Amino acid sequence: MIKSPSVRGAERVVPWLVPLSILILWEAGARTGLLESRTLPAPSQVAVAFWEHAKSGDLGSNVLISFQRAITGLAIGGGLGFLLGVLTGASRKAELLLDSGLQMLRNVPHLAIIPMVILWFGIDETAKIFLVAVGTLFPIYLNTYHGIRTIDRGLIEMAEVNGLGKFAIFWRVLLPGAMPSVLVGLRYALGIMWLTLIVAETISASSGIGYMTMNAREFLQTDVVVLGILVYALLGKAADTATKLIEHRVLSWHPAYHAGSVAN
Amino acid sequence: MGSFMLKRLDGVDAPAFPGASEQKREQQLTAGSAATGRRLGKTLNLENLHLSFGQRQVLRGLNLQIPAGQLLAIVGRSGVGKSSLMRLIVGLDPPTSGYISIDGTPVRGLQKSVKLLFQDARLLPWQSVLSNVGIARAPGWRAAAVNALDDVGLADRLNDWPAVLSGGQRQRVALARVLVGEPSILLLDEPFGALDALTRADMHALLEKLWLRDRFTTILITHDVAEAVALADRVVVMREGRVTFDVDVTAARPRRRSDPELAALQERILEKV
Repeated sequence: MIKSPSVRGAERVVPWLVPLSILILWEAGARTGLLESRTLPAPSQVAVAFWEHAKSGDLGSNVLISFQRAITGLAIGGGLGFLLGVLTGASRKAELLLDSGLQMLRNVPHLAIIPMVILWFGIDETAKIFLVAVGTLFPIYLNTYHGIRTIDRGLIEMAEVNGLGKFAIFWRVLLPGAMPSVLVGLRYALGIMWLTLIVAETISASSGIGYMTMNAREFLQTDVVVLGILVYALLGKAADTATKLIEHRVLSWHPAYHAGSVAN
Repeated sequence: MGSFMLKRLDGVDAPAFPGASEQKREQQLTAGSAATGRRLGKTLNLENLHLSFGQRQVLRGLNLQIPAGQLLAIVGRSGVGKSSLMRLIVGLDPPTSGYISIDGTPVRGLQKSVKLLFQDARLLPWQSVLSNVGIARAPGWRAAAVNALDDVGLADRLNDWPAVLSGGQRQRVALARVLVGEPSILLLDEPFGALDALTRADMHALLEKLWLRDRFTTILITHDVAEAVALADRVVVMREGRVTFDVDVTAARPRRRSDPELAALQERILEKV
């Protein structure tokens, strides 16, 4: 179906109508005094808060530290989950040894161990990174394991008949075959990553966006609290966009990603 | 365009004389007759093969001697053990008892010289057509894969993903993948079963052409008796895990489907299946 430019233009505009009207109603409500600024600050107030915190460098440094925590935790947890998933997916022995233990741990809500984590690490950086790592490990582990396990046996057989060794089968059949599933795991992990970080930073931190919002709450600076929430939303969206880009690159062979030709 | 790519890739990968192998192939193709072609085939002997899965006996003392370069068709009802036999010959499964020998040497496990074309194409969806054909990554695989794709008429699709190919094209890529290894023994496990009639006829012609050129020993498994008599030198019927009927097809090539001699033979074989 070929869309005319005007239809395509409308398709660009329409999704913004609802958020924009909410924003306008919200601003109007705050201006007329219908909404108390202590309950919910006007969008313009939030914009001012954004400008001030950005100018002082306060916002930038808090976003940076949160981002660092998130990425470090994801790298450790996700990396470990991926390695364990590859191990249990590819080797029956490793599965026997590790899988039921990991399944047990997986069912513990990782935020439930926050008291223990504070006792172990205090409110140090390690505590936050540890929590993010624990939270992101399992979705990536499960999906990697599942991805490798569900690869068509026929492809592995075909590779064997064509003389591929174990190593080549792993790199050229198992790993790329598991990729779609691994990336699903990554998207789950990203959601959990932000959630964990928000909770961890609001409970125990002296920097980061979570700390910034909790601090603002003490001084009834609702505009800063809303600003913090918005920043989280933007970071989450950015992470999601990043994974989509990765998916398009890594899974360009997949019919779902409108495969064309590959340069060889 | 195809030949341009051939030369370029030959130049990149072939160690000694770029374009030499291509020239040789072209001569063979134009000469066409078996006398000037290569003779890749080796003799295959199956002696008293038994195969059981627990209580279930799949093969019960199967004997078959296949001379080098013969195109043999095995017909039989489904579940008679044809595919299991293919898996034994290629070395994916070991026989419960009995021997498989190639050119008089007993073999065990996967053999480089034996290639199997599966019922489904089994292409890696995440690799291009060219990389799929050169999956073994033998030295000079690019040039060899381009040649093989040229043989099956897909030289212009080498950079495509398998997902965009039709069923017949995928099976041709799979055929190129087995040809690239220059097999001595080629096993075809109902490779055309899932294709429409026109595509199947194309595949038959292609297989016959390549077989006449390279003379690999070929076993074609099929439940289509018409396909068997149209292509094969010899047709055997498998029942209850052994060979129960064995007949040579002497009709000259190229064969016509309407040939009354072939039709009569087809009737005879059908009675035995």
